[in-house]
Amino acid sequence: MSKLGTLGARLHRGEIGYDFVGKRKIWYGVSILITITAILGLAVRGLNMGIEFQGGAVFTTERTSISVSQAETYAEEASGHDAIVQKLGNGGLRIQVAGVDTSKSDQIKQQLAKDLKVDSEKIAADLVGPSWGDQVANKAWQGLAIFMVLVVIYLAIAFEWRMAAAALVALIHDITITVGVYALVGFEVTPGTVIGLLTILGYSLYDTVVVFDSLKEQTKDITKQTRYTYSEIADRSINGTLVRSINTTVVALLPVAGLLFIGGGVLGAGMLNDISLSLFVGLAAGAYSSIFIATPLVADLKEREPQIKALRKRVLAKRAAAAAKGESLETPVVERSYEDDEPDDEATPAVVGPRAQRAQPSSRGRGRGRPSGKRR
Amino acid sequence: MAAPKKGRQGTQGRPGRTLALILIAIVALTGGMFASGHTTPRLGIDLAGGTSITLQAKNEPGQKNAINKTNMDTAVDIMNRRVNGLGVSEAEVQTQGDSNIIVNIPKGTNSEQAREQVGTTAKLYFRPVLVTEVSGADAATPSPSASGSSSASPSASAEESEKATSSSSPSASATSQGRAVTDALKADPTPSASGGSSSADASASPSASASTDPATAKLQAQYTALDCSKKTVRAKAGDGVKAGDPTVACGQNSQGQWQKYILGPAEVEGTDVDKASAVFDTQGAAGWKVTMDFTGKGGKKFASITGKLAQNQSPQNQFAIVLDGEVVSDPYVSQALTGGTAEISGSFDQQEAQDLANMLSYGALPLTFTEASVTTVTAALGGEQLEAGLIAGAIGLALVIIYLVLYYRGLSLIAIASLLVSAVMTYVIMALLGPTIGFALNLPAVCGAIVAIGITADSFIVFFERIRDEIREGRSMRPAVERAWPRARRTILVSDFVSFLAAAVLFVVTVGKVQGFAFTLGLTTLLDVVVVFFFTKPLMTILARRKFFAEGHSWSGLDPKRLGVQPPLRRTRRASAPVDTKEA
Repeated sequence: MSKLGTLGARLHRGEIGYDFVGKRKIWYGVSILITITAILGLAVRGLNMGIEFQGGAVFTTERTSISVSQAETYAEEASGHDAIVQKLGNGGLRIQVAGVDTSKSDQIKQQLAKDLKVDSEKIAADLVGPSWGDQVANKAWQGLAIFMVLVVIYLAIAFEWRMAAAALVALIHDITITVGVYALVGFEVTPGTVIGLLTILGYSLYDTVVVFDSLKEQTKDITKQTRYTYSEIADRSINGTLVRSINTTVVALLPVAGLLFIGGGVLGAGMLNDISLSLFVGLAAGAYSSIFIATPLVADLKEREPQIKALRKRVLAKRAAAAAKGESLETPVVERSYEDDEPDDEATPAVVGPRAQRAQPSSRGRGRGRPSGKRR
Repeated sequence: MAAPKKGRQGTQGRPGRTLALILIAIVALTGGMFASGHTTPRLGIDLAGGTSITLQAKNEPGQKNAINKTNMDTAVDIMNRRVNGLGVSEAEVQTQGDSNIIVNIPKGTNSEQAREQVGTTAKLYFRPVLVTEVSGADAATPSPSASGSSSASPSASAEESEKATSSSSPSASATSQGRAVTDALKADPTPSASGGSSSADASASPSASASTDPATAKLQAQYTALDCSKKTVRAKAGDGVKAGDPTVACGQNSQGQWQKYILGPAEVEGTDVDKASAVFDTQGAAGWKVTMDFTGKGGKKFASITGKLAQNQSPQNQFAIVLDGEVVSDPYVSQALTGGTAEISGSFDQQEAQDLANMLSYGALPLTFTEASVTTVTAALGGEQLEAGLIAGAIGLALVIIYLVLYYRGLSLIAIASLLVSAVMTYVIMALLGPTIGFALNLPAVCGAIVAIGITADSFIVFFERIRDEIREGRSMRPAVERAWPRARRTILVSDFVSFLAAAVLFVVTVGKVQGFAFTLGLTTLLDVVVVFFFTKPLMTILARRKFFAEGHSWSGLDPKRLGVQPPLRRTRRASAPVDTKEA
């Protein structure tokens, strides 16, 4: 804890921090790249839709000694369609047959029971008509759309439209990435996956909202001071809530990891596995996007506002003036803390940002040095 | 959001009282749970085993907007009758979304048969009654020896039914049978009952005349063997008979006795009924009655059948309204009913009249149902999934607790206590919601609860981080808690609201497994707010007074030193902090 604790303290004081907003272009680029990959993957490979979406039957047997390949032969003979058979963690078999309707799958079940020499009552069956999956998916999309509209309205009221827009972009970003991962890796899409995906909605926003909340608080009286630009304060809020973001993500991922472990490791396949898998991917994307995408995006949008633009000018002018004056009043203070923190900063990877950042304001300041000089 | 104000008053003023209140509430809820006898949440089909059938309604061709709430509710009523008539225990039928009906059949029943029943379209026919009698003794169990003499028992019960008819029909209110009368014709009960002298002849004659026909002889034999007091026999009576053929059927009269019938070919079909409704007769003394409007074609058919029936003796002046092979009503006719409308009066109470009207409407229901999905879960698999879900939950909870202990040390005690309170409340409420709103815990719901651990724990993290921030600003413990709370509270409310919004939208819009998940997520999010406001905060306030926390013991998780508080430097540091990030 001590390390993390002091890290939190230093983040809080702003001694260390990563320049999320300043480096936003890099992360926008990364995200665009990932998104393009995801869309390409989706277009080229498509999603591996499960039985629930194309219609068919899934049979689950109890522990059996019959081998997977043998069961596959049986199932194909009984149904006349291709069958996918998986061995489950408990020794049972999971047999999927696509493209059969609900009445035919009954016969298949009886036949399978005979072939596998088990009581047909002991075979669990999930028979799905082709239109059901469509309905589930359509309703899910509908829910997604309604939710997005409502949440944008809510965020626009509770915060402002820029934050709402940024949150929406981050949300779409998360969903695209998750869907893309599913397309690229070829995980099966089931109602469980849809559930997971829909949960990400809430979660991804949850995370974003916490950062926005801190941002709103810190920028309340922003135009009344001339020390920091909006982007800098945005950066501070991200860094300030970084410990919380990390903790939240860890705490959210731990139960999901438990689900994934049990669902994937012990049961082999099924709903637990499907939900937790999409949650896992989505949560990771959500944590990333609320830090690297949503807030920098807000800063970007904000900086276009005339007031904030003017503020930026004032701040930079002031700094430039200070720089022109040489060692201004502020500098000793800065230097002192610089010396204090140097060894620590060297050791922490998170400090890469500030140094690179250094060139930016000073160069800008130089460019605008004259007008501000006039003002003085 | 009204919650914040309430929270402030409740928690800042008297933390002890708030704590006591919520503990009392928990104890009361738990007590209620034990008192109600439902100490475990009702399990869904996927955890308990059984069959779940999802039926999707479709408009019949040419009918638009047939999928509406009234029609769906009627359909649910009918299906309920069907599956529960099978001897299925606690089968449950409910609508889901706007166009689906879910039928859940617990394990241990014949799911195949249930599926057949549910999957087919309901058939409503109006058939003329040929023969009827009370089937099986009312209270006495029908012993094989008694029914062994086949000649004796029918005649005996024929007398019984005759007696019942003659005795009851003069007083219209007491009769077991409704009467079909036109609006014009008010009450003229006696004529129909008068010819009761030779009911044995009446019942004998059709069978005698038909005995030359082997099919009718078979029907007669079926009728003789039919024992309507047995549920399984009843369900099979008249199975697979075409509308154009005579059949046998069972029905329950208003005394609750089972009556058996031989019925003629269907003359009018359910689709001929345009509309049926229950009305209260304010003018006459008849009380509740059911009115029917026929379609043009149906009206003509009905006029012709009632014309024929009105000339017959009892019981052949009756027609039976047969729904899915069961006689739901057998009014007698005293006159040809022309004009396309009819009403059935009798000793209905409101419920009965409405039920009958619903059933009559169902024949006219322009819906067809298709099996969208059928899930059969064996008890073993259900148990396994439940176990896996619980283990996953336990592992998740344990991991979260370990993380919290490592990171927050002493503070984690508060988090763990809050998590436990939250878990207890979730469990108790789930158990109580089973009998009250029919909530069933299914696998997605378990997942929802596990995912909610994260959301709940996050609220504590937000709060704790705020407190730590305040301590870093150099405040001492108690003011830090009080200052941190309003800010943390807002964040918690805003983020929980978003999470709840997601759950609510999903619950309203989606169907199937997604809904169960959304429900738990919404419930736990609400509980999270309750727990944070009424448990975590007051507990924190109280503990902040303890030396352990107030002095920032190194194990309290609030040690100023560990949090990096360096009071002498605070000023300059804070002032220059952001500049540091820029220029350090």
